Order: sequence, then C-alpha cells, then structure tokens
Amino acid sequence: MNAHSQTLTLPGSLPLDGGGELTRVELAFETYGELNADRSNAILLCHALTGDQYVASPHPITGKPGWWERMVGPGKPIDTDRFHIICANVIGSCMGSTGPASEASDGRPYAMRFPVITIRDMVRAHIGLLDMLDIETLHAVVGGSMGGMQALSLAANWPDRARRVLVIASTSRHSAQNIAFHELGRQAIMADPRWQDGSYYGGDGPDNGLAVARMAAHITYLSEEALTGKFGRNLQDREAKSFGFDADFQVESYLRYQGSGFTRRFDANSYLYITRAMDYFDLAEEHGGKLADAFAGTDARFCLVSFDSDWLYPTSESRHVVHALNAAGAAVSFVELSAPHGHDSFLLDVPALDRVIGGFLG
Amino acid sequence: MSVAAIDQRPDLAAIASRITPDSRVLDIGCGDGVLMMALRKKGCDVRGIEIDGTCVERCVSQGLSVVQGDADSDLGDYPDKGFDYAVLSQTLQTASRPDRMLDELLRVGTRAFVSFPNFAHWRTRAALMFGGRMPVTRSIPVSWYETQNIHHVTVHDFRELAREKGATIVRDWYFAGKRPVSRAGANMRAEFAVFELSR
Repeated sequence: MNAHSQTLTLPGSLPLDGGGELTRVELAFETYGELNADRSNAILLCHALTGDQYVASPHPITGKPGWWERMVGPGKPIDTDRFHIICANVIGSCMGSTGPASEASDGRPYAMRFPVITIRDMVRAHIGLLDMLDIETLHAVVGGSMGGMQALSLAANWPDRARRVLVIASTSRHSAQNIAFHELGRQAIMADPRWQDGSYYGGDGPDNGLAVARMAAHITYLSEEALTGKFGRNLQDREAKSFGFDADFQVESYLRYQGSGFTRRFDANSYLYITRAMDYFDLAEEHGGKLADAFAGTDARFCLVSFDSDWLYPTSESRHVVHALNAAGAAVSFVELSAPHGHDSFLLDVPALDRVIGGFLG
Repeated sequence: MSVAAIDQRPDLAAIASRITPDSRVLDIGCGDGVLMMALRKKGCDVRGIEIDGTCVERCVSQGLSVVQGDADSDLGDYPDKGFDYAVLSQTLQTASRPDRMLDELLRVGTRAFVSFPNFAHWRTRAALMFGGRMPVTRSIPVSWYETQNIHHVTVHDFRELAREKGATIVRDWYFAGKRPVSRAGANMRAEFAVFELSR
C-alpha cells in the first residue's frame, strides 16, 4: 500500500495546558489513501503510548509491519480505498515529532527541559496539523487506549472537527491503578544511573530502567488467561529449574525480550512525558467536573468498544463515558466484545472488532 | 437484515406505522435492529439499548447507534423527554420491575409503545388448565426454567397497570400470529398486544 511520510512544522507556537508554549513544533505523520475533492474523507488515527505513525507501513527501526496493518488497508475495515488516513506521531514522542529528544532553541536536546504536556496538548498539535492540511472536518477520529483518550479529547474540545468518534479500550480518566503502574515504570527509568536526570543524549541511555518499565507495562496489556495460555509454567530452553536467577520460565524470557526490544525504538524521556500526560488525563475535570458537560451539544456520532478481558481499561470505564454521552443526548453505540487477550485485544485478531469498526465508519 | 423483516413482526410494523418521520426514538431491547432500520428509512433519529452483545455488534456494524446495556439499570442515564417515542417491544415481561420500567419509558419519551406476549391467550390458559404445566406455546416458546420472561402479564393486567400509573392508552393493537384481533375478547384471543401510551 502507498504510504506517504511527511513532517510539517506548525506555524507560530503551541500553547500548553501547563502554561507556556512550545515553538517550532514538528509533527511527523503518515498518510494512506487519497483525500477526496471536497476533503471530507479524512480519518485521523491516534496511536497509543508507545505507538507511532507507522500504522500500516514497516517500522523504520524494527522493520516490523505497521501496528494496525490488519485493520488499515485496501478493502480492510478502515478502508484506504475509500478513506484518507492520517496518523501523526504525538508530541512528546520520539519518532519524528517534537519531544524531549528534539533540539531546543539552544541546539541541545530538551531532555527534562521539555514541558510536561497533556493529552489535550497532543490533540491541539493534531488540530494544528489538520489546519495545515486544510482538513476542516474529519470523517472520523479513531483511537485505542491512549489513542482513544485523544479521540475523546478532540470530540470534547473541538466538537466540530469530527463527525464520528471511535474509542476502543480506553477511558475518560486515569484510575489510581493506571497511575500506579505508570509511576512504577517512571521510577524504574529514573532509578537507572544512566538516566542522569534525563541528560543522557549522545551517550548510553537508561536502557535497563526503560526495559523494566516496558516489562511491567506489558503485563498490564495482557490478561492472566492470555499469559497462562501462552506460557503457563513452561521452562525456557531447559529441562529443569536452574536454581538461579536466569530466565528459567518462558514468561520471564518473553518479558526480557519485550523489554530489551523496546529500548531500541523508544526514548526513555518520552516514556516519562507521555505516561505523565495519560496520568493527568481527566476529561470531566477539564469540563467543570461533569463528564456529560464535556460533550454538551455535540453532533458527532460516537462508538465505544471494550473487551471483557481488559483489566487495564475495563468495560466499566467505557460505560462511564457512554452514560455521560447518553446524558448529553449524543448518538452513541457501545459494545463489550469478548476476546481473550486483555487490553491488547484491540491490536489483535478479533473479527467482531473488524465488523464493528467497518460498520461504524460506514 | 431484509427489508421484509419487519413484516414478520406485526407488533413492530404497527409501531413503525404510528411513528411520524424525523422523530427521535429510543428502542429499548432493540434486538437485531429491525424496527430501528425501518425507522431510519423514515428519517428518524433512532437509538437502541440491547443486552445481547451479538445483537449489538450486528446493529453497530449496520451503522445503528446501539448501546449494550440493561434496560433495568441504564434507562436512568437518559434525560427527561429526550425522545419523542420510547419503544419497549417484547421486553416488559423480562424487566425486574415492569412498573418502574413503564415509569421510565414515560419519563424519557413523550409517547411510549409497549408490546408483550399475552399470558391470558387461550392456548396458554389451556396448557396450564389441561396440561397442568407451565405453557410453552408459539408466543411463549421457552421453558419456564430458561425463559427470560420473569413477569408474565395479560392484556387486562397491563391496562390496569397503565391506569394505576396515570398513563393514557392512546391506541392498542392485538395479534394472533400475524393476524390482527379485535379489542373485544383480546385478553382471550390475542397472542401479542401493543399499546401506545402517553402521560
């Protein structure tokens, strides 16, 4: 499929929720499929915490297929023959958009001088990109997990910019448990002596800390059933326990592999900033404490999907959003799909999800 | 779902015929979305609630706005008079408190439609009287131990409930199979009843 890679610099400066602003904001993005003559068939896909713009094209570092290759393409549920798909790397990330590894005005990396950003700041940058691309109204904004938070934030703060809002395995606020897991990851990074208060660019980064953060997070993305089914208590390449601390169990080996693989493609400081943005996310709080008020008067159609095995953003979180949308009189669909994989179900083979997405996008 | 599907459900066809184009409608227990599809063709803004995930998935994949949920607990989220019509088809008898559900219907909708299988139909009466067993009939096809119908109701019972709730019966329809039955003797002769209510 024809993917088009581009990087644009937003004009002027980007005001931030935390006060202050970012200047020379670059956004790296991929597009797939043709934009139609009246510019009405664009879909903004929002990626998750450690995702990127390579939705349906090979990752430039790992060479692996795009993260939603199964969903996005010609004739697929998000059909590139009909829609113009845009996916931009969020600000704060590390795949070409402005983040802590980017150069500040003094020519050195921002590192921890990068401002703390929010989900709404990420979306504000996306809106700036849509303005540059001259796309007034999206056919849909779509996202899973942190991408779903961006979709909700866009719907609440820029209600005229999307006609459909599809939110998968997500939430309108981070729970104490969500924040706790993120804090564990951040502390692992900051406890790594190579972190050096974030100023590690040009040398070795805190790979060990970042790998531990990824290992902990990866556990939250899978259900107990999925872990048991995949690994059980099976031993890794050995007949008996070693009575040591090698990766005796397959599950240990798998997590170590996931952790070390992640450090090759992700910046530790980006992990700190993006997890912080997610922890700060509370859509009701932004709108006077009442979630329904975030969606007052919206004309967009909403669809929320949860998975029964997702304990990171469980069905109750999606229902909470659905209740608010109902109270606001919005057109909303909601379905809890059955899938064994846990939170990661939205990325995996769940045929019912394909049908729901295809049908909702129309 | 075929266009003809609604023809297989005379209760839904009766309801659809009474709903004016471009209305706002809440279909509670919308199933496969047969009524919703028919109303969408009339330009209505239709929302559904359905407890069965497979049905919801089928509705959403056809572009209908349906929320997976339980009418017993979720109706409270909807604003007062948010809809011109609230429809409860073949669901009243499954509610934990049908009386409260009727109140909710008349709160969220200016008008309400309720359809249900009539437990006083002669076949049901005969099954109980002569068979001495809980009826399994064309209109009540599931055995007592697995049926979702936990509050069986008759035409007379429902009229009485509507009166107690201060609801006005605007119109009523009665069917045996797909055949209409007159109001007179409906409590004996009708397998299904449909009521249009206001308050």
